[in-house]
Amino acid sequence: MKKVFKLIDLDCAHCAQKMEDAINKINGVNKATINFMAMKLTVDAQDDLFESVMDQAVKACKKIEPDCTIQR
Amino acid sequence: MTKKQKKMLTRILGSIALYILGILLPLEEIPLLVLYLAAYFLVGWDVLWCAIRNIFGGQVFDEHFLMAVATIGAFALGDYKEGVAVMLFYQVGELFQSYAVGKSRQSIASLMDIRPDYANIERGGTLEQVDPEEVSVGDVIVVKPGEKIPLDGIIIEGSSSLNTAALTGESAPRDVKPGDEIISGCINLSGLMRVRTSKEFGESTVSKILDLVENSSAKKAKAENFITKFARYYTPAVVFGAVALAVILPFATGISWGDSIRRALIFLVISCPCALVISIPLSFFGGIGGASRQGILVKGGNYLEALAATEMVVFDKTGTLTKGAFQVTETMPQGCTEQQLLELAALAECFSEHPISRSIREAYGGKLDHARVSEVEDYAGFGVSAKVDGRQVLAGNRRLMEREGILCPPVKSMGTVVYLAAGGAYAGYIVISDEVKPDAADAIQKLHSMGVRRNIMLTGDRKDIGEYVAGELGLDEVHAELLPADKVDCVEKLLQQKSARGVLAFVGDGVNDAPVLSRADVGIAMGGLGSDAAIEAADVVLMDDRPSKLSDAIRIAKKTLRIVRQNIVFALGVKLLVLALGAYGMANMWEAVFADVGVAVIAILNASRMLRGVSRET
Repeated sequence: MKKVFKLIDLDCAHCAQKMEDAINKINGVNKATINFMAMKLTVDAQDDLFESVMDQAVKACKKIEPDCTIQR
Repeated sequence: MTKKQKKMLTRILGSIALYILGILLPLEEIPLLVLYLAAYFLVGWDVLWCAIRNIFGGQVFDEHFLMAVATIGAFALGDYKEGVAVMLFYQVGELFQSYAVGKSRQSIASLMDIRPDYANIERGGTLEQVDPEEVSVGDVIVVKPGEKIPLDGIIIEGSSSLNTAALTGESAPRDVKPGDEIISGCINLSGLMRVRTSKEFGESTVSKILDLVENSSAKKAKAENFITKFARYYTPAVVFGAVALAVILPFATGISWGDSIRRALIFLVISCPCALVISIPLSFFGGIGGASRQGILVKGGNYLEALAATEMVVFDKTGTLTKGAFQVTETMPQGCTEQQLLELAALAECFSEHPISRSIREAYGGKLDHARVSEVEDYAGFGVSAKVDGRQVLAGNRRLMEREGILCPPVKSMGTVVYLAAGGAYAGYIVISDEVKPDAADAIQKLHSMGVRRNIMLTGDRKDIGEYVAGELGLDEVHAELLPADKVDCVEKLLQQKSARGVLAFVGDGVNDAPVLSRADVGIAMGGLGSDAAIEAADVVLMDDRPSKLSDAIRIAKKTLRIVRQNIVFALGVKLLVLALGAYGMANMWEAVFADVGVAVIAILNASRMLRGVSRET
């Protein structure tokens, strides 16, 4: 399943890169990309794990860039 | 400016005021320190807070942390003024950066401002505005003048002219009438239209285009991957360099601890690769956004990079360089007028649906009275015979004439020749050929001047026709009489002939050349409007069918790559220079902050030229 999320207050491109790396390392993620300019996160992950993947992704982002939130 | 940015600006101004007070007032050591600390915390408390939080979060090489260490270090060494100034300058730079990014985001958003907000649906006699996503296939929507067409569909009532500029970059409006297919994203200029939708919103052209452009960042260019990798090693390397400088220098040389730490702090300030990390993807995204504005869809930064290195362009002939529509290009009447000849031919062929018959009828243009025609006989491979106004008329190729014993002169022409005979006597001939697109020759010439070494045409047509077209357009090579499978082989051979870093681009109309499109380094489909197959198979889609768009695409690609290179060289150059100077103790904090945020702002401004430059040319 592939879903697109909006990233609010994404200000730092370097952090976006780190978030992308972190989300890609989560178990069950096939591919995650962050488009810094469009402020969008695209997650392609296994259907049954999707919710837990997103929970972990939100946590990972909070850790890297506390100001930025994923709109679910 | 956003609220966040305004708040930051007030903090910066307040801090500057305190800073100036500190310089002007003749204060003792302790009150001075208090004043500078106040200025420092006012402007930098969030950086410190972030740094502390990140340490507990396990993020050590974070720019906030590094900046905090650098400035606190300056305070510890007694350089209060420098400590405040560095933090101030850093925050000013960050503010600029965030402002510049915001501006670029806005201009990208306006470049892609083709998403329709609503669709008008008639329910119980009144018009209702609904979300385009709620409209299903087969619904009838109403599009008023000035509105965007929300979904693809077919006009069932009303005619109008459409502005397709947002999709194709073409400024001349397109006239449409009932029965025509129209695509979403165009703007209805004049009349009210009722449209039966043929696709859901998610499948409509406008969604596809937006999806494509927004997802293009998934396919990263080599330059982008290089920066990602570089960023991963750069920061730790510089930080370890800083530690090494601080520890080793006092032992190895006679430099004091204070001085060596000062040099190390300069390293820390320059250790963020932000300038590159922001500006490179921004340039590519800007290039892709700008290109889409001109009706050129590029599916990823990697294809933009490839386009810029195009060395060989292989064209398909029919539908790409030529219109793919047959037209009467020459008439040679014998004993009658041109119009009479065409009328005769059109009448004789009036029941045939062959493309050639259709083009003759189109060339005649007038109304045909079918009652004048009788006893029509179709000889496949020869032509037709019919009685027109009681006279026996023959229309067909040379073999038909020879069979009927009619003498006709040999015709040497590039195209299909239709001979006419009436009442047993030769009446003239008509030549029908595929017309070359008006801008094709210009397009080839532009490609040559852009450094494309070989422009090659592939065609299934006869050799003499292929060579004739190639000569007319100024192509370098032509390979004729190819079957579809031969085209792939031909491209394979050409791929081996190109240089190692050169790129072979194939341009086709996307109909039956999907294997070639995917085999070439860059597959370019032309006339992608409404054709899903073309959008799927190609790497680059030219939305309208003008070959000159190809040179636009390459020009945009080259410009993007130029800006990318400038930014890499500039940002790395300044950083390395200041690092080197800093190691020898010849750079101060100011230069270090400039090498960090100053360079980032300049690189972003440079990258945003991509957005402005392109949109201005449309």
